[in-house]
Amino acid sequence: MSISSTSTQPASLDSVLMSNKKDRFMSPPPAPRATRYGTFFDKAFGFLAFISVCVTLTVLFGILISLIVGAWPAINHFGLGFLTSMVWDPVKEEFGGLVMIYGTIATSVIALLVAVPVSFGIAIFLTELSPAWLKRPLGTAIELLAAIPSIVYGMWGLLVFSPILATYVQLPLQKLLKGVPLLGPLVSGPPVGIGILSAGVILAIMIIPFISSVIRDVFEVTPPLLKESAYGLGATTWEVVSKVVLPYTKAGVVGGIMLGLGRALGETMAVTFVIGNINQLTSISLFSAANSITSVLASEFAEASEGLHKASLIYLGLVLFFITFVVLSLSKFMLAQLRKSEGTKS
Amino acid sequence: MTQQELMQDPKYQKFMVRNRVNKVALFLSIGAMVFGLIWLVWILYETLVLGFAGLSWATLVQDTPNPGEEGGGLANAIFGSLLMVSVATFIGTPIGIMAGIYLAEYNPKGTLSVVTRFVNDILLSAPSIVIGLFVYNMLLFAHFKAFSGWAGSIALALIVIPVVIRTTENMLALVPPGLREAAYALGTPKWKVILSITLRSAQAGVVTGILLAVARISGETAPLLLTALSNQFWSTDMSSPMASLPVTIFKFAMSPHENWQQLAWAGVFLITVAVLGLNILARTITSPKS
Repeated sequence: MSISSTSTQPASLDSVLMSNKKDRFMSPPPAPRATRYGTFFDKAFGFLAFISVCVTLTVLFGILISLIVGAWPAINHFGLGFLTSMVWDPVKEEFGGLVMIYGTIATSVIALLVAVPVSFGIAIFLTELSPAWLKRPLGTAIELLAAIPSIVYGMWGLLVFSPILATYVQLPLQKLLKGVPLLGPLVSGPPVGIGILSAGVILAIMIIPFISSVIRDVFEVTPPLLKESAYGLGATTWEVVSKVVLPYTKAGVVGGIMLGLGRALGETMAVTFVIGNINQLTSISLFSAANSITSVLASEFAEASEGLHKASLIYLGLVLFFITFVVLSLSKFMLAQLRKSEGTKS
Repeated sequence: MTQQELMQDPKYQKFMVRNRVNKVALFLSIGAMVFGLIWLVWILYETLVLGFAGLSWATLVQDTPNPGEEGGGLANAIFGSLLMVSVATFIGTPIGIMAGIYLAEYNPKGTLSVVTRFVNDILLSAPSIVIGLFVYNMLLFAHFKAFSGWAGSIALALIVIPVVIRTTENMLALVPPGLREAAYALGTPKWKVILSITLRSAQAGVVTGILLAVARISGETAPLLLTALSNQFWSTDMSSPMASLPVTIFKFAMSPHENWQQLAWAGVFLITVAVLGLNILARTITSPKS
């Protein structure tokens, strides 16, 4: 473009001068070429952006429809009773999903209980406490936790973490809580370390970087002026974070937690390694082996026979999709409430 | 005496309480940071030590062995992973960035954008294995060959898109409107404002988003189990089942053969080093210039 404009410029300038000689007040100014050039690209660019959005929308509805169609034999056969039945018997072709649904929800709740406070603490440390030269390396280190592939967590969890959890957490807890009504059964079971708690803790480690990096990022967009005025009034660091930064950024914080929960609900490989893959629920113990929706899909789908078994697995996938849908709708709703009270556009 | 008076002053007491709360909170915050770092160090240490033990030159140049066979390597799985992840990134990133641009720049408050944002949040949290199921079902409907490298790439691309959309939109929304207005006031067309001003100032964030997406799909096993499956042999044919590092690790780690387990640890070492190395490299390249 630059070459053409330099070569044409003298000519057009000449013609303008020539025309000026003929009738100096009637000549129109040269047409702004760049704008015409721009509108074409503008339209094409806008159209591309629009198409990309449409692709995204299509994917979601595609997932929904394909899951319903794939699961239809099972939906037809078992109905909603599938969700409350604890039987999972591929030989007799009797399927129910309660055990896996429980496993998915229990592990994710444990993960959030551990990960949210920790992530919050990390974000505060990185934005308010850390000396400037440590901010980047420490932030990167935490984000590297997210870069570790889930299959690595799985192998590490199975071969390194679970035995340690059994020896140093489960056994002492069993001794301590022996005979206590509610808490005793919660830690019962053979001390192998494989089970719901182990899966939950590993999920927590996996989602900490996601939640904390989002919280840190939104903390950092808080206008310094707001923080400085609070500090200027004599607020402590904790007060600045909890009363100025957090209200200003709460939409983003909830968004970060949402990201983590979604990751926890759908995490497959790490859970498959450490949850034990048993399709029965015999006790409420946090240490009992169980199964989650994702782990049963990963371990059984490839070998499942066409027909009711496969359809039941897809049904479970649909249920998982539904659970994430509900969770996200709820957090979206909360987000909207928070935005309303916020008053300003963040 | 003045000290005692001071101690009994309710304002001073309140100040002391606030101070103590602050100290406890900040101490817990440091604790959280240490908690996070301990896991990182522990996991990396174990993986690297155990993985390095299983690593040899043959791991990189030989194909996966049969069950019970000695020797062998992971060459076909490494190649398959590289191929599928690159194809997925090339498909997913442009769509994600363009959709993010639409949401942030073209139609931030329109109905379509509100719906898309909602849908995107769901896709973002959509379990990757469900995406695998979706691609599996779609191929079944379309009567394509059930398992292929293309299917794996598409499943991975579908995981990239929402991550990139979200980060792109968030980062574009953080660009101060004044920058845009200044560019518009100079007569810059919209596409140029977006590409050279807003996207550029949001560059670091967008790149971080793409990196998170690539990091995520590199270790993604679940969707590949249902789409690309695995392949014992060297294959460059994207329309047939294709081996990938994560799926091979999963298969080998759960097996009773010692040689396979060794290779699984070697694979874990490779995948961890590659992903972390890429991450650190990209960070140093895109570090802010300030």
